[in-house]
Amino acid sequence: MNEKRIELTTPLDNNIVKELKTGDMVYISGTIYTARDAAHKRVCELIDSGEEMPFDFSGAIIFYAGPCPAKPGRPIGSVGPTTSGRMDLYSPKLIEKGLRFMIGKGLRSKEVVDAIVNNSGLYFAAIGGAAALMAKCVVSAEVIAFEELGTEAVRRLVVKDMPAIVAIDSRGNDIYKQGRKL
Amino acid sequence: MREIKANQITELVEKLCIEANCVITEDIRTCLGSCMKSESSPLGREILGTLVENADIAANEMSPICQDTGMTVVFVTMGQDLKIEDGYIEDAINEGVRRGYEKGYLRKSVVNDPLERVNTKDNTPAVIHYDIVPGEEFHIIVAPKGFGSENMSQLKMLKPSQGVQGVKDFILKTVEEAGPNPCPPIIVGVGIGGTMEKSAILSKKALLRAVGTHSEKPHLAELEAELLEAVNALGIGPAGLGGETTALGVHILSYPTHIAGLPVSVNIGCHATRHAEGTL
Repeated sequence: MNEKRIELTTPLDNNIVKELKTGDMVYISGTIYTARDAAHKRVCELIDSGEEMPFDFSGAIIFYAGPCPAKPGRPIGSVGPTTSGRMDLYSPKLIEKGLRFMIGKGLRSKEVVDAIVNNSGLYFAAIGGAAALMAKCVVSAEVIAFEELGTEAVRRLVVKDMPAIVAIDSRGNDIYKQGRKL
Repeated sequence: MREIKANQITELVEKLCIEANCVITEDIRTCLGSCMKSESSPLGREILGTLVENADIAANEMSPICQDTGMTVVFVTMGQDLKIEDGYIEDAINEGVRRGYEKGYLRKSVVNDPLERVNTKDNTPAVIHYDIVPGEEFHIIVAPKGFGSENMSQLKMLKPSQGVQGVKDFILKTVEEAGPNPCPPIIVGVGIGGTMEKSAILSKKALLRAVGTHSEKPHLAELEAELLEAVNALGIGPAGLGGETTALGVHILSYPTHIAGLPVSVNIGCHATRHAEGTL
């Protein structure tokens, strides 16, 4: 664990991205986008048919999450990471189109790790189940695509100090493999 | 014959859906706290601390602990001398789910058909299990199940010759393959025996037992302790980021089985393994 508190602001600086190491705890502020199973499927269908993207995700951070409904006066309900492995089928295609950063939980496939290394990306793990706490890091939320998907719609979130851990760094080091070695 | 009204069931289910999703049970809260002290990984300790803090925020604000407020699993224990008036029990339970998920600002995660996949928008239908018992009691447990952990569960029809070693190997393999995905520290629910579906239901029921308690059958209590140690030696740790707090408990239920079979189901519960119960 890094002793120094690492604060990241979007868009992420390339030099900082390269310096970050697997296991670093970071606090993310700025704009991120939620997208999970159904939105990934839709975006990939749009890519395949050569249509325009509903939002520009080049250099963006995608957060694999489907929030609870917001209570009155709150920007969002509880929100935390879903299992990233279900997006493995889609992620390399999105990374090819410019996506570089993902926040989720759990294991990624070799294809995703390779795509991260080839495009100098990062995969962050958020703490699964800490969704009441993470909702407090969300300053604002707005549905920007696929509204009909409900919780699975794409939302633009402005976050402040959202905690995450570098799970796969730009060199392809994977915390879930290191973690097993006690 | 005692009588209860269907709308009493609806009101109880509504309340339990919200309570289960927002308030972690005391046994799990206590266990997370004590693991925070014993965990040797600094990152692991920090994650356990975050989970306790999250649980406290959720309970104070009555906000969901996790955004995946699950598919609603309901266990009904009903006396055979009890009569339900003014409605069908299943409709009453589903109406309670509908109201609870709306009023509690809980996420609606159920799709109408596993292949067509259109959201039902009210989290119904629930998955309901009934136990009919002597007497007039009515007891209900609402256990919303998120699919991060549900997807990592497995069932295997072992051969009797594989015995206890086969059971241990299968449980450990299931936990190892689950790795970080089910939001560890997990609770490992195990059902051994019966038929295929009986073992699966037992494994889910096993998750409801309070953490820190043991099987009433000595040989199973011993197996639980041995497996908990073995699971925690896998090194998966809190959030799967390394450490020895991989599971809070291994809970085993068993049932008589056939001369030719040894069914084993492993149902993985996340660090919150939510449930709430009530009586009418």
